[in-house]
Amino acid sequence: MSLADFWFFLIAVLWIGYLVLEGFDFGVGMLLPVLGRDEPDRDTMLGAIGPVWDGNEVWLLVAGGATFAAFPVWYATLFSGAFLWLVLALLALIVRVVSFEWGGKSENPRWRSLWQWANTGGSLVAPLLWGITLSSLLNGVPINGKQDFSGDPLDFLSGYTVLGGVTLVALCVLHGTVFLTLKTSGDLHTRACRLAPRVAPAAALLAVAFVAWTAAKSVDVNGRDLLPSIVPAALAALAALAAALLVRTDREGPAFGATAATIGLFVLTIFVALFPRVMVSSTDFANSLTVANASSADYTLTVMTVVAGVLTPVVIAYQAWSYWVFRARLTREEPAADGG
Amino acid sequence: MSGALHLASDVLEISRWQFALTTLYHFLFVPLTLGLVPLVAVMQTQWYRTGDEAWLRLTRFFGTLFVINFAIGAATGLVQEFQFGMNWSTFSKFVGDVFGAPLAMEGLAAFFLESTFIGLWIFGWGRLSPKLHLATIWLVVAGTWLSSTFILVANSWMQRPVGYKVNPATGRSELTSIGDLFGNVWAWWAVGHTLLAALMTGSFFVLGVAAWQLRRGRNVEVFKRAARLALVVALPITAVNLAVGSEFGVTVTDYQPMKIASAEALWNTEQPAGFSLFQIGGFSASNPKPDFDIQIPKLLSFLATNSFDGKVEGLNQVQADEQARYGPGNYIPDVRITYWSIRVMAYVGSLAFLLAAVGAWLYRKGRLVTSRRFLGCAVAGIALPFISNLAGWLFTEAGRQPWVVQGLLKTKDAVSPSVTTAEAIFALSVFMLLYTGLGVADFWLMRRYARRELPEIEPEAAEKPPALTY
Repeated sequence: MSLADFWFFLIAVLWIGYLVLEGFDFGVGMLLPVLGRDEPDRDTMLGAIGPVWDGNEVWLLVAGGATFAAFPVWYATLFSGAFLWLVLALLALIVRVVSFEWGGKSENPRWRSLWQWANTGGSLVAPLLWGITLSSLLNGVPINGKQDFSGDPLDFLSGYTVLGGVTLVALCVLHGTVFLTLKTSGDLHTRACRLAPRVAPAAALLAVAFVAWTAAKSVDVNGRDLLPSIVPAALAALAALAAALLVRTDREGPAFGATAATIGLFVLTIFVALFPRVMVSSTDFANSLTVANASSADYTLTVMTVVAGVLTPVVIAYQAWSYWVFRARLTREEPAADGG
Repeated sequence: MSGALHLASDVLEISRWQFALTTLYHFLFVPLTLGLVPLVAVMQTQWYRTGDEAWLRLTRFFGTLFVINFAIGAATGLVQEFQFGMNWSTFSKFVGDVFGAPLAMEGLAAFFLESTFIGLWIFGWGRLSPKLHLATIWLVVAGTWLSSTFILVANSWMQRPVGYKVNPATGRSELTSIGDLFGNVWAWWAVGHTLLAALMTGSFFVLGVAAWQLRRGRNVEVFKRAARLALVVALPITAVNLAVGSEFGVTVTDYQPMKIASAEALWNTEQPAGFSLFQIGGFSASNPKPDFDIQIPKLLSFLATNSFDGKVEGLNQVQADEQARYGPGNYIPDVRITYWSIRVMAYVGSLAFLLAAVGAWLYRKGRLVTSRRFLGCAVAGIALPFISNLAGWLFTEAGRQPWVVQGLLKTKDAVSPSVTTAEAIFALSVFMLLYTGLGVADFWLMRRYARRELPEIEPEAAEKPPALTY
């Protein structure tokens, strides 16, 4: 395995980390108007993700930074090609970031309601666009002989990519619901427990359809055999099935593990189906960006490997510790405090 | 053909406006984050060491202001990382191998640190032991300062490229020495100058907010301490940064003579060269002679070369040199922008020093709290570092034009080929509308929380978090 191959899978890991972690806080954001019947409910829900969402979001920034450093051509072509969608994704993420820190800073009900809806909107749009963008890497967009994007924004939309976006949204809703069953108590907890089995079959069905289509795409548009990509696809389907079954029991921890695994395997299936390409060209397959032709030179990759090797375990250790610190369930009577 | 060219130049111009406006906007908030968090950490440390509740109340009060500001800095930082690829894909392809490395390291080493520990700090009151909780705020300091170091190393490579070679097969630059990249003398001046400016920003902010409260006679004993802490930081830091900025200028002269010549609107080489304090006209090659100016003889020679008889190269001479090196073209930046931006930075920085000096003198005389005029000035003085910060970056980036990477890649060749004018206009409009809305909300929130009464600390509130149950 070359260093560039290693970095391709490291970037897959960063996306997995990002969507597994931010996935549940996207889900909680989308559920605010669904499960939050009143202000203290919604405060409790936001309190459940308050201490951790910011650290979760950094996984995206690091995935972006790692792509820039390890695959400059991939970063340049993807980001300039998906221009319009990224403007919308940034808009969604920014209003969401601000809603967390500012929403509770005034008692004015209109102010609070404004930021809660901003959070919900941002939490819906962001995973929809990430699903569309990631599946477009495999589905293919026009790329010319100079490794530049040569299409328009609509090239990112197809039945397959929209299914990818919708599936990710559904998985985040389920993941967020199960997260709330773990983190809340009382009435809110009961409502989350009742919602999960209703969401799960649809989310699982979408996930199975999407990973199956992804494995087929790998053969169709990426010239690969079914074998490598069918493995994560089958595991994703199993995890989705397990999640759908577990949410019918009171085993909240394993259910959360299953929804996390489904999202992780959903992302992994796309990346395995994509390898050794990083962006398929829909106009001329030969113009596709590959791990080899889009990557940085070995020296940079070596330096970055050392840095990532030293820092990643440390980062995982302190992020895990922060989850452990905030492991307790929240109660409605004591909604979360704000800053400082 | 000409139609296509015209469109391409539209995207270039719009992208330049977007980058300039979003970056300057981002840099309104970043220095306050960088400069305020160590002061909050010092306040909390004082509380931890002395058990004096006044420090705890100040920590909570300024901590909330810090969190509000941090949110918008982090949110606008997302755009910063994305727009390199979105609007400047040719730049990104060309520099990614070198420039991407410190950016990725920033994410791994700094962003994770600051974001995880800010969550632990905000929600960790009483949940963590006081010692551990204190450590979390210092780790946020470490994260934010590391972050600025990495991004300045990246920017410094654009100012003075080192430790790279251009691969003739791909036309892309490749890193050859990570030691050279991080050892770049430019980077260390930039890090020093920027972090000192951030400390100025944080200390003038604390001073101004405390002054507003003191003017109304609120919690005088507590806010007097905040003002004292702010002055203890502001006075030496401002003085040192004026000197550091001036020394940094010597390094800039070595590597970017064009930037310094244009900062002085010095059209022809002079030895010794006088410093123009103020001038009207004289900003274009066709009209190089100012209609009116005030000069200090020999001072520019000293500032640029550390010798009163040093030779300072003029714009026309550097232009001829650069044409010989890089081929025909105009290598002179917008002289009016560079001339005024460096002056606004330096003059406002000097004014800030004066304000800090007067404040320190009044404090020693025991008249700080009663001098309503000074307190009023200190409130207005919050703006000074923000103005000089923006002017400094405007100078640094505008003065490098027409290059985006000095000597290697021109800005006009760096833009994304696939982005359309409509897309570029859409993005610029979205960001401007969003940023205007956020700016208004941020100003309203900051003002509201800065004018709030100092929070009372209930005995168990300091020990127990209101947030979570066990």
